[in-house]
This record gives sequence, structure tokens and C-alpha cells, in this order.
Amino acid sequence: MATQALFGQLLIGLINGAFYAMLSLGLSVIFGLLNIINFAHGAQYMMGAFVAYFLLSLTGLGYWWSLLLAPIVVGLFGIALERTMLKRLYHLDHLYGLLLTFGLALIIQGVFRNEFGSSGLPYAIPAQLTGGYNLGFMFLPAYRAWVVVFSLGVCLATWWVIERTKLGSYLRAATENPTLVRAFGINVPRMITLTYGFGVGLAGLAGVLAAPIYQVNPLMGADLIIVVFAVVVIGGMGSIMGSIVTGFALGVVEGFTKVFYPEASNTVIFVIMALVLLVRPTGLFGRAS
Amino acid sequence: MIILRILVLGVALLLATGPAQAQISDGVVKIGIMNDQSGTYADLAGPGSVVAARMAVEDYGAARKGLKVEIVVADHQNKPDVGSSIARQWFDADKVDVIIDVPTSSVVLAVNQIAREKNKALIVSTGATSDLTGAACSPNAIHWTYDTWSLANGTGSAIVKTGGETWFFLTADYKFGHDLERDTEAVVVKNGGKVLGKVRHPFPTADFSSFLLQAQASKAKIIGLANAGADTTNAIKQGAEFGIVRGGQQFAGLLVFLTDVHSLGLEKAQGLLLTESFYWDLNDQTRAFSKRFAERHRGAMPTMAQAGVYSAVLHYLKSVEALKSDDGPKVIAKMKELPTDDPVFGKGRVRPDGRKIHPVYLFEVKKPSESKGPWDYYKVRATIPAEQAFRPMDQGGCPLVKK
Repeated sequence: MATQALFGQLLIGLINGAFYAMLSLGLSVIFGLLNIINFAHGAQYMMGAFVAYFLLSLTGLGYWWSLLLAPIVVGLFGIALERTMLKRLYHLDHLYGLLLTFGLALIIQGVFRNEFGSSGLPYAIPAQLTGGYNLGFMFLPAYRAWVVVFSLGVCLATWWVIERTKLGSYLRAATENPTLVRAFGINVPRMITLTYGFGVGLAGLAGVLAAPIYQVNPLMGADLIIVVFAVVVIGGMGSIMGSIVTGFALGVVEGFTKVFYPEASNTVIFVIMALVLLVRPTGLFGRAS
Repeated sequence: MIILRILVLGVALLLATGPAQAQISDGVVKIGIMNDQSGTYADLAGPGSVVAARMAVEDYGAARKGLKVEIVVADHQNKPDVGSSIARQWFDADKVDVIIDVPTSSVVLAVNQIAREKNKALIVSTGATSDLTGAACSPNAIHWTYDTWSLANGTGSAIVKTGGETWFFLTADYKFGHDLERDTEAVVVKNGGKVLGKVRHPFPTADFSSFLLQAQASKAKIIGLANAGADTTNAIKQGAEFGIVRGGQQFAGLLVFLTDVHSLGLEKAQGLLLTESFYWDLNDQTRAFSKRFAERHRGAMPTMAQAGVYSAVLHYLKSVEALKSDDGPKVIAKMKELPTDDPVFGKGRVRPDGRKIHPVYLFEVKKPSESKGPWDYYKVRATIPAEQAFRPMDQGGCPLVKK
């Protein structure tokens, strides 16, 4: 295979990796701060795409508005979930959070599927981002370029907020020792609620980014979420930078698999996961607790 | 006097219906609709197939004729193991007499095996593998609506004949994709075309960009999509993004259902050539049937898969009544003996190898400007007569056919 074609595949891998990175980042943030394994993440990603679809079809608000509004709507939905249900589970084992969110995911997907069928609804690429660039080695659609740049920006900004700002230091401290942080007069429960809302909002944002590429489909999150969990496990549960780097890296690995041995492209990530678990059970970037 | 008359009438009725009742197992004809109720193939068959089956039972007037018919439904999730265990449960414990519909070729072949083993009946509408009337043909099964050979013969040959002689296949990596690719490749080569390459993608796949780049690099004129449902629509949608059509290449959707076109939208689907054995807007009968169907199925017009279930159930009940028995292979034999006639496919018949034949159509998807509204999507490009639309019996290798 020509090196030129491999360049194309590398780029495609990065683009798909952008989705993995954004979703695993949200999961990591939620797990790191709430200790909840958020299985509803895929459903929330799907909701983001549907909110974009509704905004366009019901109110006429286009892609750019959706990029702003859909994460807020989905994030608020997440906050409501956290306030009414999840907060009751913090003192219990991880398993309970996982079961609750998994159940919620099934219900949400079921409701959407019942209402909108399984073949998906069309959502067009915004007019400003149609067309593409001829890079010589491949034709790069403008929209894909935008996805990779935008999500990289969002990922790095999130990392910066959590690791480099005062707010981030509160968050990290609250996960280490909530009682002590509360003693300093910081409203820890509110911080946790907002963090969950933010993580869920990230999923919604990824959903909006995905809407023009895939069909807006009730099942779009169900297949993706399992891969994203594998990404999180490989990167290390709770590691922010870990999930960003592994997200992009695994997108590339998967992309190359699609060229050299396409039949294995949906299993390669799980093979890597198994290997990583054997060698480094805490993940590539995780710290042993 | 009146009492006597009623008594006589009652006895007469008993005599008339008695023997029939006696040979229908448990007095009930139990039809199992098995398909994908919730995944990628749910819209093209799924709950719509159940609606179609119920309509057939009502239209046949089963209740009026004293035939007790019951319909049960199961979701095989496109998994052969799940389909197999449902089939066993249905045949062994639930007294199901016939399984109808069954998308996903890998599941079809698994259930086919079980129906034969348990001596029950199987009628496949949505499943596509042409092996069901070839190497895997069985005295217990009929293939009703279409198959991979008829698709290849319709779309494949039409495209090669209009200048699409070099092909690259994007193939769903399971039985159905492999068969569709095999049958289409044969047609392409036979008509003087050439296959430049192929890639087998996992089923289902959401992102086709990597495969599309490979197809682009092959420089083939035609990118043959040997897949179905969301895989097909995603490939076409993303193909537009990567400038496939603008770059001078064209998609051949080898299996495209009406619901796929609906979900893609005409803007993206226009110009696509596709082969189907049914479209709602073919004639007065199909229009009347489809209108009644849509009223009961959220306004959606029937796909050929769903229309096929209607037609299959109708003919099955007709044969059960004629035979006065619901014994699996006997009904299948009766179905092959009686000619078929229904509002969906018109007149037709079932061949000894289990292939139901009727005309098949080559459609072209309309431009947005040509469409009068939702579901007005196809125009007929060619009608392939029943006798030419399916693989000749002597070429399938079906052991039931005497050479």
C-alpha cells in the first residue's frame, strides 16, 4: 500500500479518535469525580444528536446553535438525573451506579426507538462546512477537519481547567477528601452535580458533532459506548490526559486495522484492552490507588 | 321446530368443519413472525412485518372460514444463536407451525436447519441468501420475496450494461454480504465487467470513511454496496461527504429498501438504481394495500419485505385450508402446487426448489423535484418477468430438483 494512502488512513483514524476522546473524556471526568461508571453516556450522546435534529426541524435553529444549545439541554437532563437518582448511590458500590445508568440507557434508547424507528433521521452538514480540500493524498471533507480541530480544542480545554486552574484543584481535592474540602466552605454536592452535568454535556456535544456524519439514530450510542469503555479502561479509569491520548491513538490503530485486516476492525480495540489489562491492570495512564 | 332446525344446522356445521379441525394441530394454526424488532433491520421488516401478517389473516377471513389463526412474534437480534433457540422453543414447546419473515441470512440458514429437523415449515421474506433455494434448499422451506441472485441480476447487470464495468465491493462480513457479493460478481464478470477489489467490513459498521478511501483509491467506476439497512445508508451518506460521486465514481446499492431511501432523503439518494419486487405505487392493488398498511403502521409505506410477509401468510393459509392440515412439509408441498395470487405480487407460483417467483423491478430513485411528497421515491426503469428474475432452477444445485 502506498504511503500516500496510509496518510489518508492516519487522518481518518484521528477523526474517529476525536469521538472516542470526547466521549471517554466525559466518562473519565464523571468517574474521577463521582465514582460513577456512567453507562448512560451512549444514550446521552444519542440525545445530543436528537436535540440537534429537533432544534432544526421544530424551531429552525441550525447546526451552530445546536452546538451551543444541545450540550446545555443534555447537560440539564444529566443534572436532573444526578439530583433525583444518582446522588442516592454515592455511598454504595460502583456496581449500583453502573446498573442504574445501564437501565436508564436501555429505557432512553427504547423510548427513542419506539418513537423514531431504527433507520435514523437525516441531518445535513452545515452549509459553511460542505465541500472539502484536496490534500493530494486524499480528499479531506471540510466537516471532518472541523470535527478533529474542534474536539481537540474541547479536550485540551477540559484538561486545562481540571489540571491547571483553581476550580480544577477544588474538583480534584473534592474527589480525594470531600469532608475536608467541605470544611473549607466549598459546596461539594453542587460541584459534583455540575461536574456530572458537564460530563453529560460533553456526550451531548459529541452527539451534535456526529449528527451530520451518521444518521441521527436511536441506536447510534449503543454500539459506540462499549468501544469507548474499552478506551477508558486502556487509558486508565479517571485519567483525563490518558483518555484523550488513548482516544486519538486507538482511533488511529482502528483505522489501520480497517486497511490491513478489515474483518478485525471492530475487535482490535478489545484485544488491546485485554493485553493492557494483563500487563498494566490500572491502564496506560492510570495510577494504582 | 326452530330448535330442531338449529340443531340440524349445528350438526351440519360440525360435520363441515369437523375434519378440518381434526387435522390442524391443537386446532390452531400458529404463525411465528421472527425478525429484528429493534436493531438495524427493524424498520425494513420488524413490527411492520407483524402488521402485514395480521392484515393477511384478516383479509383471508380466517375467522369466517372457521380457521383459528394465532400470531406470535420474536426478536432474533440478527444473531443465529438467538434465532436458533427461539425456533427450538417455538417448535418444541409453543406449538408454532410455521416461521415467517426472518431477515439476516446467517439466521435464515440456522433456522432452516431446525425447521427441517423438527419437520415444520419456514417461509423467508426478508432474508436474502440465494443458498436457501440452492445448496441449502429444503422440502420445509420457501423463499418468498427476493434473493441475492435476483438483486445481482437486476441491479448488477443493468449497471454493467450502461457502462459501469469496473467494480469495488464494500461487503458486510457475514453470510448475506458474501452471497450478495458472490452473485453480483458473477453477473459483472458474465457481462464483461471486472472486479478491481473488495473490502469486508464488520456488521454493523457506523463509520465507512476508511473503506470509502480504499474504494476511492481503487479507481473503480462502481462501488458496489453488498450490505443493507443502516450500513448502506451510512456508506452512501458518508460517500457524499468524501466526494465519491463528484470524483466520478458511483454507488450501486445492491439491496436498498424503501425505508432506507426514506431515511437518506432524496437529496442524497437520487439517481440510485435498485432492485425490488414490490413498490407501493405500482398499480391500483398495491396502492390500496399500501394505504391500508400505512394507516396501521405510523404512516409508513410497506417495504417489499413486509409486503412479502403479507403475501406469504395469505398463500400459506390458503394452502392450509385446501389441505385441511398444518403439517409442515405437506403445506409447503401444497403451496408449491397451488398458484399464487395476491394484491402485492399479482399472479405467480412457487417452484419445486422453494423459490417463489413473480416479476422483479429495476427502480431509479427520483430527483427531489420529481417527487410529489413523502414516500413518492421510485420510478420504474425496467420490469424483469418472473421467469427471468430468479436463478434458473438447474443452476442452483438444489438437491430437490431432479436433473
